[in-house]
Amino acid sequence: MGFVDWVSRLDRRWIFLTMGLLVLGPLLHPLALPIHVTPPVRGFVTAVDAVPKGSTVLMSCDYDPASIPEMVPMTRTAFRHLMSRDCHVVVTCLWAGGAGLVDSIITEVAREFPGKTYGVDWVNLGYKAGNEAVMVVLGQGISNAFPRDYWGHDVKSLPMMSSVRDYSSFPLLVNISAGYPGTKEWVQQVQGRFHLKMVAGVTAVSAPEYYPYLQSGQLQGLLGGMAGAAEYEVARGEKGSATRGMDGQSLGHLFVALCIIMGNVVARVQKKKER
Amino acid sequence: MKRELPLFLTAVIGIFMILSFFVPHQWVSVPADFLQTCAIIVVAFGYVLGGANVLRVNLEAISKREPDWAFKLVLVGSLVVTFVVGIFDGIRSHGAFPGENSPSKWIYDNMYSAMGATMFALLAFFIASAAFRAFRIRTFEAGLLAVAALIVMLGRVPVGDVMTSWLPEWMRLGSLQQWIMDFPQNASKRAILIGAALGVMATGLRVILGIERSYLSGED
Repeated sequence: MGFVDWVSRLDRRWIFLTMGLLVLGPLLHPLALPIHVTPPVRGFVTAVDAVPKGSTVLMSCDYDPASIPEMVPMTRTAFRHLMSRDCHVVVTCLWAGGAGLVDSIITEVAREFPGKTYGVDWVNLGYKAGNEAVMVVLGQGISNAFPRDYWGHDVKSLPMMSSVRDYSSFPLLVNISAGYPGTKEWVQQVQGRFHLKMVAGVTAVSAPEYYPYLQSGQLQGLLGGMAGAAEYEVARGEKGSATRGMDGQSLGHLFVALCIIMGNVVARVQKKKER
Repeated sequence: MKRELPLFLTAVIGIFMILSFFVPHQWVSVPADFLQTCAIIVVAFGYVLGGANVLRVNLEAISKREPDWAFKLVLVGSLVVTFVVGIFDGIRSHGAFPGENSPSKWIYDNMYSAMGATMFALLAFFIASAAFRAFRIRTFEAGLLAVAALIVMLGRVPVGDVMTSWLPEWMRLGSLQQWIMDFPQNASKRAILIGAALGVMATGLRVILGIERSYLSGED
């Protein structure tokens, strides 16, 4: 039996095992491959840096646990970036399964800033059903859509929210999204209508969808998948889970590329033999 | 009347909501805001309806011992347990989201969160297997797709630049993938977006004018 026959009869569990080892190996022994910051990520960092210190920023985290590896590093770095610039952050979530996860992340990051207090420096408004309708109602007034925060407090009673009325109170919208409702809807319903500056972090698979918005200037910056999150960490001088995961992802991508090439070579050779 | 009234309401409210984009007067904006707030309530009711539907469909399948009925039993059991635990946690926390040490948060962190992440992680293995077995280049167009896919896939990760670091900057995989994303991909994506937007507008108009009636009990 030749090499081609052996490859064509390869049990797919060997492919699974190889993929598993290629992802796991670099997590245990990092390769430290160099990560370069691309223009969309640089745009994201510049837009956040351009927000005046002490401003209030809206951050909508629209995802659920299925996309933890891509979305959580972005959320963590973006929230840390905003807090380090002394911005006040209003956090929302439009995905039913995401509110608990988002609260855990921002609470964990907020602990790095002992001087910051909930209700004064950041507020988590939690989840609200309604998708695009919630985005539009937020434009009428934040407390119209979210009368109570994640913890059940009256939003109007929180010190930070006394100066927050509607979208005009925010110089920037940061959206971290894994699908619908997410970046596309925020651009269509809020950026286009209320002319709010916006940056987004999205899953790698959906990133191409947002390039037209990036090119038109409707998005000031874009983080695409774990690669975008890793670039953001590098741009901020951090070494988080996305940077650590990039080695494994690199080898995973390389393996998939080899699978495509090998699969086609084998198919061609077999076709020739049949002739 | 059973058909005419919904058609009339759809037409009036549809036209009114379009009008609210162009007329800022409070006679238009205040009712429009009210209707948008109503939409949030209607969507929230959708969850109740969805939950009831899941129960109805799966309980029926369990009672008839349809194939895989045991999995449906697990689904219904999980739904009921999560619902009951959530209700008690909600009462205890006076309507707020459950706190760190609540049973709901435990279910969320240790079951829902872990299972959701696992499902997504499995994709890596199946994509590798599918790439090997199913991604066949049989035509010129498929060849173009494969070349673009390989460049973007490798150019998006650091290993792409490492592999081509001996080439001039503009020929490296990272630069090539950025060019593909910025130009060919962007142009086609924009065409799709504009086409889809025009389709949505046309469908909206058809619904408002009563031409599209499939939302009325499936009638055309």
